[in-house]
Amino acid sequence: MSRARGASIVAALALAAAVAGCAPRSERIILLPERDGRSTAVIVRQGGREVKLDQPYAAAELSYADPWSYRASEAEVKATFKDALAAQPSRAAYFTLNFNENSSELTEDSKTVFESVLADLKQRSVVDVVVVGHTDAVGGDAFNDDLARKRADSIRDALLARGLAASDVVAIGRGKRELLVPTADGVAEPRNRRVEIVVR
Amino acid sequence: MFSRSVALSLVLITSFTTAAFGADIGQIKVSRGSVSIERAGQSLRGDAGTRLQGADVVKTGDDGSVGITMTDNSLLSAGPNSVLALDRYEFDSTTSAGRFEASLQRGTLAVVSGRLAKQSPDAMTLRTPSATLGVRGTEFVVTAQ
Repeated sequence: MSRARGASIVAALALAAAVAGCAPRSERIILLPERDGRSTAVIVRQGGREVKLDQPYAAAELSYADPWSYRASEAEVKATFKDALAAQPSRAAYFTLNFNENSSELTEDSKTVFESVLADLKQRSVVDVVVVGHTDAVGGDAFNDDLARKRADSIRDALLARGLAASDVVAIGRGKRELLVPTADGVAEPRNRRVEIVVR
Repeated sequence: MFSRSVALSLVLITSFTTAAFGADIGQIKVSRGSVSIERAGQSLRGDAGTRLQGADVVKTGDDGSVGITMTDNSLLSAGPNSVLALDRYEFDSTTSAGRFEASLQRGTLAVVSGRLAKQSPDAMTLRTPSATLGVRGTEFVVTAQ
């Protein structure tokens, strides 16, 4: 279909909508620039047609029968989505704390990291935290499940002691099933003795 | 025997994880003006801190806006006069597998996708009144007026 013919069909549809006394529906989808530069996309499907948005400010308008691609601007995004963007929650933050061998005692370095967890929490008005404990590959499953759980619980207790509500902190132990650094069974590896924290 | 006991303990851990999160699929982090939740035929206040469940419909009034963080760390925030339905949500926090289907029936919405969309390109779908959006791990905005 030629561009001119496409435009005349659009004009005819707009006229038909105007004659019918109803404004055509307007839907718009705009891809935003990525914070970390990953290449990503939104696929817009309408009827049998498909438009792929994979560049910053690539946009689709769905006023008529088919999706229309166009390039949006930062100004358009601000004008239409100011309130929605202002209500966007803080992004999740991730922390890893390490432990001494066969212990729920944090390493000296990780005591500093724990302080930065507390600092992050202060920036958020409504918090929920997931604490997942892990071990290295020394010892059996039951032993490591117990140790991983103790590590997670010790961090949860520390967070509750700093004023977080019990309902806002979930602690889970995964034992030695998810080694950060893959090793053979029975190998002591300090980086695997850890608790991973997600702050939302 | 060994592998059987490992398999059993994995099953137990998975079910424990589900139980630990209960039916919660996300939480309202930001609530301004009029925000409500339709759940099983009832209308609830959508205050900050409110936990969300599958099939909840979140609505904002003329002066309302709302920000939600899902358990896969995706962020959904809507401006005034919006209707956002959380149609279906399944998320395995161990494997990041699952499915997230939501609908923006009206209004404005900003999305930052989370672990589900990162794990699988087909895991997250957003519907508008006339289109279906496949989310391949990204940030975008949608309006339906």
